Amino acid sequence: MAKSKMIPFTGDQAVAYAMKQIEPDVVAAYPITPQTEIVMNFSNYVANGQVQTEMIPVESEHSAMSACVGAAAAGARTMTATSANGLALMWEIVYIAASTRLPMVMPVVNRALSGPINIHCDHSDTMGARDSGWIQIYCENAQEVYENTILAVRIAEHKKILLPVMVCQDGFITSHGVEGVALLDDKKVKDFIGEYNIENPLLDVDNPVTYGPLDLQDYYFEHKRQQSEAMKNALIAIPEVLNEFEKTFGTKYEFIEKYKLDDAEVAIVAMSSTAGTVKFVVDELRQKGIKAGLLRPRIFRPFPKEKIVQALKNIKAVAILDRSESFSAEGGPLYTEIKSGLYDSDIKPLVTNYIYGLGGRDIFPEDIKKVYKDLEEILSKKKVINPLNYLGSRE
Amino acid sequence: MAMIEVRWHGRGGQGAKTASQFLGEAALDTGKYIQAFPEYGPERAGAPMKAFTRISDKPMTIHSSVTSPDIVVVIDPTLVSAIDVTEGLGDNGVLLVNTDKSPADVRKEVNFTKGKVGTVDATRIALETLNLPMPNMPMLGALLKVNQLVSIEELSERVKAKFLKKIGKEKTNANLEGIKQAYDEVKIG
Repeated sequence: MAKSKMIPFTGDQAVAYAMKQIEPDVVAAYPITPQTEIVMNFSNYVANGQVQTEMIPVESEHSAMSACVGAAAAGARTMTATSANGLALMWEIVYIAASTRLPMVMPVVNRALSGPINIHCDHSDTMGARDSGWIQIYCENAQEVYENTILAVRIAEHKKILLPVMVCQDGFITSHGVEGVALLDDKKVKDFIGEYNIENPLLDVDNPVTYGPLDLQDYYFEHKRQQSEAMKNALIAIPEVLNEFEKTFGTKYEFIEKYKLDDAEVAIVAMSSTAGTVKFVVDELRQKGIKAGLLRPRIFRPFPKEKIVQALKNIKAVAILDRSESFSAEGGPLYTEIKSGLYDSDIKPLVTNYIYGLGGRDIFPEDIKKVYKDLEEILSKKKVINPLNYLGSRE
Repeated sequence: MAMIEVRWHGRGGQGAKTASQFLGEAALDTGKYIQAFPEYGPERAGAPMKAFTRISDKPMTIHSSVTSPDIVVVIDPTLVSAIDVTEGLGDNGVLLVNTDKSPADVRKEVNFTKGKVGTVDATRIALETLNLPMPNMPMLGALLKVNQLVSIEELSERVKAKFLKKIGKEKTNANLEGIKQAYDEVKIG
């Protein structure tokens, strides 16, 4: 990357700055914990008159999402932000936002759900919402969170998609860590996101429409079908936005990132900041002649099955790292989805799962090296003995 | 420059997090890649806490906390006997402590025979310059004496950028004075 002036930002500050540049019509948010500094920093921009956004502080996260639904239906470009139990409290309306096809953007700081009470990083909050109908982007670092918050506006508002988007970053690790972030030009951002014009605004009294009606056995199913189709469309339409972003700003984002994967024999699949630590280990192992690689899914919803499966085509043994537990007794969500994706293909690497990092348990290079070592053992024995593992947990 | 990792030990409220960030941000201004992050536990004033700074010429992807630091800075003198401040410190490691003791005495106390030990009475310097027992800025000055990750001038620019608006010119200058004084006074042995 050509190095422009880097600004020291936490992930939270980077998101707030992206929101400043986006300048949504409405931001409705719950102002206290489990809320993060995203909303605090953005509120400063509002209070200082740096944006004209209508800021609505509400009494709960449930109300925050409800206000966002109303604003988005009216035709406002709408954002909020949340984290952990805040997202859990929004739950009911999170589903309604998606099924009403309201294109809003919600940065989420990934943190554990209680209980036991814990405020640190894992993905149980957004992984729990994986079936809510939202698009989900998982970011590795502050730079990516910043740029993807801007990208997400265009994805959400794409005429063939019209779905809300969560832009996820790792709690504390990314959200509270300071890194250099290269900022994009204000005007270029404004031009890239453009004006938002909703097709059927709720408040257009000359062309009245209905939002959120009772929808029983007669049409509910068809509406859910449309929602399914929208998510399938997203697989096709998202690359248009990614390409345009690359043309405008120079950074190429894709559904997945491959790191030294093409000639790898053993690979780890991991999302968000952990993928960065895996890259660090891959570099070290490569120097020792071990053919290690990484696959990082960036977009988890829609699930880019074809791309993931194809990326694994030369891999002999793969470990899938989940920073959340689905309590299916069959492994974490990333593991089960990738495994099911492989079923229909001829690509059949040996696959194993590691749940790790719950409640902010740190994952060190040594932990990741152990996974690669396990993979080499699997490779030599040509079979997986323990498909479900807990990395860094006391036994 | 290969990646340099710094671990800061302080107690909640003593500015270890701020120091870790100022160092990183000053290095960022000179074109380096940086990370600065605290280890968050239950956040309480007075509880032992750690913060970390990473600085490198190349982009860094590692996102775990620091386990084998190049430099350890102990902002609170009472932590030397309370926790293992030398944990993970290698043969060329640097231990820098806010204390009125000599480097030799600190070596004995923590049983550290390798690398370098630096001592400086940063709390006294903070009281003399700022009239507040905030040793974090003087410790930054002392750190630059043992490893010139950035120059005093580069750090001062960053401190001004962060402090001028927030605490005014007089206190900012007092902080800068504390940094310089600690840089001059630190004993290495």
